Amino acid sequence: MTDKLSALQGFLPQVWEGIQVTLILTLAGAAGALVIAIVLGLAMTSSHAWLRIPARIIVEFFRGTSLLVQLFWLVFVLPLFGLQLDPMACGIGALALNYGAYSAEVVRSSIATVPKGQWEAAIALSLSPARRMLRVIFPQAWALMIPSLATLFIQLLKGTAVVSFITLSDLTDKIGQLRMATNDTFFAYSVGLLIYFVIAWLIQEFMNLLERRAVKRLGRRRPGSRNDRRRARRDARVGSTEVTGPRTAAGQSTGNVGYGQPL
Amino acid sequence: MWNWEFAAEALPILLRGFVNTLIATVVGTIIAAILGLILAIAIRGLPRWINWVVRLFVAFVRNTPLVVQLVFVYTAFSEIPGLVDIPALVVGSGVIGVHYATYMSESYRAGIDAVPPGQREAAIALSLPPVRTFTAVILPQALRATIPSLGNYAVAMFKDTPFLFALSVVELVTSAQQFGASKFAYTEAFTLAGLIFLAASYPTSLLIQRLERRLATY
Repeated sequence: MTDKLSALQGFLPQVWEGIQVTLILTLAGAAGALVIAIVLGLAMTSSHAWLRIPARIIVEFFRGTSLLVQLFWLVFVLPLFGLQLDPMACGIGALALNYGAYSAEVVRSSIATVPKGQWEAAIALSLSPARRMLRVIFPQAWALMIPSLATLFIQLLKGTAVVSFITLSDLTDKIGQLRMATNDTFFAYSVGLLIYFVIAWLIQEFMNLLERRAVKRLGRRRPGSRNDRRRARRDARVGSTEVTGPRTAAGQSTGNVGYGQPL
Repeated sequence: MWNWEFAAEALPILLRGFVNTLIATVVGTIIAAILGLILAIAIRGLPRWINWVVRLFVAFVRNTPLVVQLVFVYTAFSEIPGLVDIPALVVGSGVIGVHYATYMSESYRAGIDAVPPGQREAAIALSLPPVRTFTAVILPQALRATIPSLGNYAVAMFKDTPFLFALSVVELVTSAQQFGASKFAYTEAFTLAGLIFLAASYPTSLLIQRLERRLATY
């Protein structure tokens, strides 16, 4: 075991290189996906059919064809049309397009979930359409969409592993090399999967932080937040029967639609 | 740019690859649907430490890439001495099934939680044994809420089968890649592969949407 660990130590700089490639792909892909998602998501909520229908077609197209097909298309077919991108750009592009299309649907449904009264109130205050969206509707939709976006963000991290098929040396590729170096499949892949797991956990924590901030800015509380649970425990100890937190027929829940729901 | 002769030549080869894609999807879905239910029950009803181990396993499988899991399990199996060669398609379908079982277990759990508590209480009042309470009262109602999301995961699984490329299983995308490389006809091969995916997954997801509306209790 110690010789495995020392082999890993010698391999560490290479693993770190792989982690960097994976992180660049994840972050750049997520940034691209977010831009695509907001543009297409807003277009899909538009009342103009000439905006709504093309956006819907683009979203269904990229959702319906597989990530790997899109990646290979960018890598193998685009050069035939005279556009040669380097593998990194292809990887980021495919991830951004594929997950952007999935996220656009999240953006659309979150905007549609914002209560109608909010739209009417903003119109009654004669806010311009841009201000209405930026200051009233979008902040509320944003708080709703973060949990689903967090799931997609982690899916995107997992999706980056396919770039090892197009000669990019990301974490997955380095794990393969580590296996060759140590000749121990179980050890190498356990280390690799653990690194992915830690990155995913960091992403989840970051998105939880974003959600707490977004909800706080609206002057609401996150259902079942740490403070809620703490208060519930204290109340249980005191023996008070007072119900804390908003409750609906379905149990403890507020307007936080889609929290922890599968997509 | 686009050569219809190549396209006509590629189509039968792609469809042959598509058969493997379908096999992986169907086998994966069956494994995921059964194992997902077992995991969901294990998370609910077993002693604390088993519960903890299952949760950790589910979180780990969910948050790590399917591609890496595929290569890991396939290489690990091929290294076990004395084991007959298991075809990559079988190993791959199994890994995809286990991966999606961790997702489906969440759907099952949500479905079981959504059954009103009165149903369980009524079953207890009728002194039904616990196993029968679960199989005849709780589960049928939970499945009603769960089936549409299982369908969505089956479609997602279908779109993840190209990852079997890593094990050189000749499924749809791998066959497109091979055909493209042999004839230098990537445009036709990959475009057709994408269209086949779209033609299969889009109607299925529309059907699932309709099913969801039909099964909705409210």
